[in-house]
Formats: sequence, C-alpha cells, structure tokens
Amino acid sequence: MDIAQLQAYGYFILTASLVIVLYGYIYHLYTKKRDADGVDYENYSNMALKDDIVDTPVSAKSDKEK
Amino acid sequence: MVNRPLEYDYTIAKMFMLTTIVLGIVGMLIGVILAFQLAFPGVNTILGEGLAEYTNFSRLRPLHTDAVIFGFTLSGVFATWYYVGQRVLKVSMAESALLMFLGKLHFWLYLVVVVAVVVSLFAGVTTSKEYAEFEWPIDIGVVVVWVLFGMSIFGLIGIRREKSLYISVWYYIATFLGIAMLYLFNNMEIPTMLGTSAAGESGIGAWYHSVSMYSGTNDALVQWWYGHNAVAFGFTVPIVAMIYYFLPKESGQAIYSYKLSLLSFWGLMFVYLWAGGHHLLYSTVPDWMQTMGSIFSVILILPSWGSAINMLLTMKGEWQQVAASPLIKFMILASTFYMFSTLEGPIQAIKSVNAIAHFTDWIVGHVHDGVLGWVGFMIMAALFHMAPRVFKREIYSKSLMVAQFWIQTLGVVLYFTSMWIAGITQGMMWRAHDEFGNLAYSFIDTVTVLHPYYVIRGVGGLLYLVGFLMFAYNIYKTMSARPVEDHELQNASPMGA
Repeated sequence: MDIAQLQAYGYFILTASLVIVLYGYIYHLYTKKRDADGVDYENYSNMALKDDIVDTPVSAKSDKEK
Repeated sequence: MVNRPLEYDYTIAKMFMLTTIVLGIVGMLIGVILAFQLAFPGVNTILGEGLAEYTNFSRLRPLHTDAVIFGFTLSGVFATWYYVGQRVLKVSMAESALLMFLGKLHFWLYLVVVVAVVVSLFAGVTTSKEYAEFEWPIDIGVVVVWVLFGMSIFGLIGIRREKSLYISVWYYIATFLGIAMLYLFNNMEIPTMLGTSAAGESGIGAWYHSVSMYSGTNDALVQWWYGHNAVAFGFTVPIVAMIYYFLPKESGQAIYSYKLSLLSFWGLMFVYLWAGGHHLLYSTVPDWMQTMGSIFSVILILPSWGSAINMLLTMKGEWQQVAASPLIKFMILASTFYMFSTLEGPIQAIKSVNAIAHFTDWIVGHVHDGVLGWVGFMIMAALFHMAPRVFKREIYSKSLMVAQFWIQTLGVVLYFTSMWIAGITQGMMWRAHDEFGNLAYSFIDTVTVLHPYYVIRGVGGLLYLVGFLMFAYNIYKTMSARPVEDHELQNASPMGA
C-alpha cells in the first residue's frame, strides 16, 4: 500500500469517526438534557441575561477549584 | 483609598471601540474609492500623475481588504471580547493588574502593527499573497499581538467566577486558535537575505523581503485553506460569538435553544476547515480535493443555519421588538444576511455553478453581502449596545440610528444585486462562443456592458459609508449624552429621540 492510499484510508477513518462523535454528542445533549454537574443546558442562557458582577453565577466555580 | 464596589472595567474595550470606528471609516472609504475607480478609471489618478503610484487600484486594494478585515473587524472582535468576556465570566479586568497590563500592551502593539501595515502597503511592500500581504517583520508583530489576545482570553478564564464557559466564549477561543494556526502556516516564509540563489548569490533583496516556503499548487492550496478560513475564523466565528451575547441581552430573551448552539458550534468547527478547496475548482489541485471542497461547502449550510435560525427563534413571540428597536433591527438583519450568504456561498461552490461564477463579480457580491450585511451590521450593533454601558449614557439619537439602518440596508441591496447581475453577465459572456468554438466577445465588450452595474455598486458602497459616518457621529455624541442609571441598562439600551 503506497502512502497516498494510506492517506486516503486515514482521511476516511478520521472523517467517519468525527461524524460519529458529533452525532453521539447531539444524542447525548438531547437525551441527557443536563451536563455532568446536573445543570440543565438551557439554564446556561442566563450567563448572558444575568451578567452583572453581583448576579449569582449559574454554576459557581468553588473556591477550592480556584 | 475609597472602598468602592467591584465593577467591570471597560478601559480596553473603549480603546478598541475607537480603532473599530476609525479603521472602519478608513477601510470603507478606500473601498468606495476603489469601486469608483472600477467604474471611472480616471479616479486612479485623481491626485495627479505624480501620486498615481499611491492612488491606483492595485496599490489601494490590499489596504481596503486588510483595513476592513484586520482593522475594523478584528478591532470589533477585541472590543467585544474585552466587554463580553468579563460579563459572562463574571470577573472584572480591574481584579488583575497583570491582565490589565497585558490588555493595554495588546492594544498599543496592535496599533504599532496597524501603522506598520498602512505604511508598508502604501509603499508597495507586499508578499503578494492575498489577505496575507504583510512582510515577515510585521508577521512577527502580528503573532505577538495575537499571543497577547490569547493570554487575555485564557487569563480571564483562569480567574472566572462562572464555572461553565458561555457559548460566546467558546467562539472567541475558536477564533483565537483558528487564526493562530492559519496565520502561522500560511505565512511560513524565508527572508530573501538568508537565501542563496542557484548562481550562488546570497543576501538578495531588501532585508524585509521574503519568499513563501510553498510554491505552485501547494502554495495555492495553503493560501486558500488560509483564505477561506480567515473568513471562517475572522468573519464568522467571532461574529457568531457577538450575536449569541448581544441579541439575547438586548432583547431580554434567553437563547431559543442552548443545546442547538452547542451542536452548531461543533458542526461549524468540524466542517469549515475542509471547505477552502472550493476556491480552487478547475485548477491544478487534485480533483478529489476540489470535490471535497464542494461537498463540505454544501454541508456547511447546516451548522451555519443552526446558529442563524437559533437567533431568529430567540425573538419568538417578541417580534414587536424588531419594529420598535433599531438595535434589534441591525441584529436581525445581520442574522438574515448570515443565512443568505451561507446559502449563496455553497451554491457558488457547486462545480457547475462555479464554472460561471469563478473570477466574476458575483464572488465580490457574495463577499460583500456577508461582510456589509452580517459582519458590519453585527459589529455596529454590538458597539451600539456597549456604548451606553461603557459611557453610562444613553445612545445619542434613535432616529439617526433608524435613518442609518435604512440607508445602509439600501446600500447593501444595491451592492449585491448589481454584482449578481454583473457577475452572471460576465460569466455568460466569457463562455459564449460560436459554432466553431470562437469566443463571441472580447474582454472589453464585457467591461462596456458592466459599466452601469459598477456605478450602482459604487453608489451602494457610498451609502454604506455615509451610514457608517452617521454611526460614528452617533457614538461620538453618546459620550456626552444624558447620563443613565444602572437599572436602565438591564436589557434594551436607552436611546435619546
């Protein structure tokens, strides 16, 4: 197998796996509806709507993590 | 020292707002001059034969494209980042002396690079690669400025209070990473003073000259991988970042579907990078690569429309706001033009359509309905939303804004319709032949036919520039308009009559 053929197979496999990952992600978003922290994805819109510095964060970064 | 409550610090956002407006005027003014040069060649020597070297079309053209891409648009991206970034991460620039220093350095070095670009392009010093005309010393400056932008992004993220990153921040990060990769690879070049010719000469040419590390078809491929993705990561990704923040905020409506925004993001990232090949249809690049460019361009409709429809649906049940607020009008029209140009682009990338469209004015029309309708409108809307908040004053005049909106909309429509007709006429005339295969028309025949459309395009561009000057005046007057209280700044921006 010459290099061009290897490149072609490599390219196809890469594209196919990216498609699978993308569709897997979409499936995850719409079935789980919440992220790992249990926050509904739709609540994240509030990051823009309630964005004063004194507003409560949607999901605060704890001091421990800082 | 007085113990004041913590506030967002817009010092750097304001600096970049200034360059957005100034470089916008410069870039658009040169664009209008170019449009009239094409319609009336005498404009090439408008300042006399002696200065023709500096006023001719070919000298000014890169100044126009680079001023609007790297001047107006990038300044707008930086200005909005230094505004949106703080707000959605809930952290103030004032909390970090280091970030404030880096931000100021970012601005001042950016200004130095802008001056270097303007002087060198006016002097005719160029690598002759489209949208990558800067010679190597300037490229190094660009990289430093870009790294500072990255440090600001990741620095602010590092000290954030909000754990998750809002969708706009993802898009800003993608802008940073995308442009960093593209710019570095496409600008790989060897200063000629370091090279040795076949005849053994060394130290060739001026110290600032260079040659690309790629040549022939490879150079074309890398150039259009860069060129098209400069559109992706300069004109699309950061502008989507803006609309995802400014439209919900100004209208007070939550994004229609946050999940759709996430999947559109990854869809766009996945698809866009493969589409550049459509610039090289019917050229010497491998056929499979051309086909891939076409196919990915068509698929690109999906993630683009995912974001655009998400924005239009955000206004669901709130369409009266579009009628009432000129600021929302700008954003809704921007989103509509985004849909329009992301449908038009894929159509042009289909091989059989491209056979007519390639090298014609239709391509120029496509670029301009994207940048005037989508990029320009969104950046102006963003600055209109930011102005009352950074100056703590109402927008000077709502009626001026409304007038500006309609003048510019008319300008954009005149621009792209004239270029559609001109482009298709041109494409058909170039192809026309008699039964023996002799071409039916010479080049000058097309020029004669296209003249009226070039005049219309010039007028369209002029209207847009007039609207932009009205925008600049409105923002300038906002700095001394009626002061407003914080509670007036929650959603809809306060505007004077």
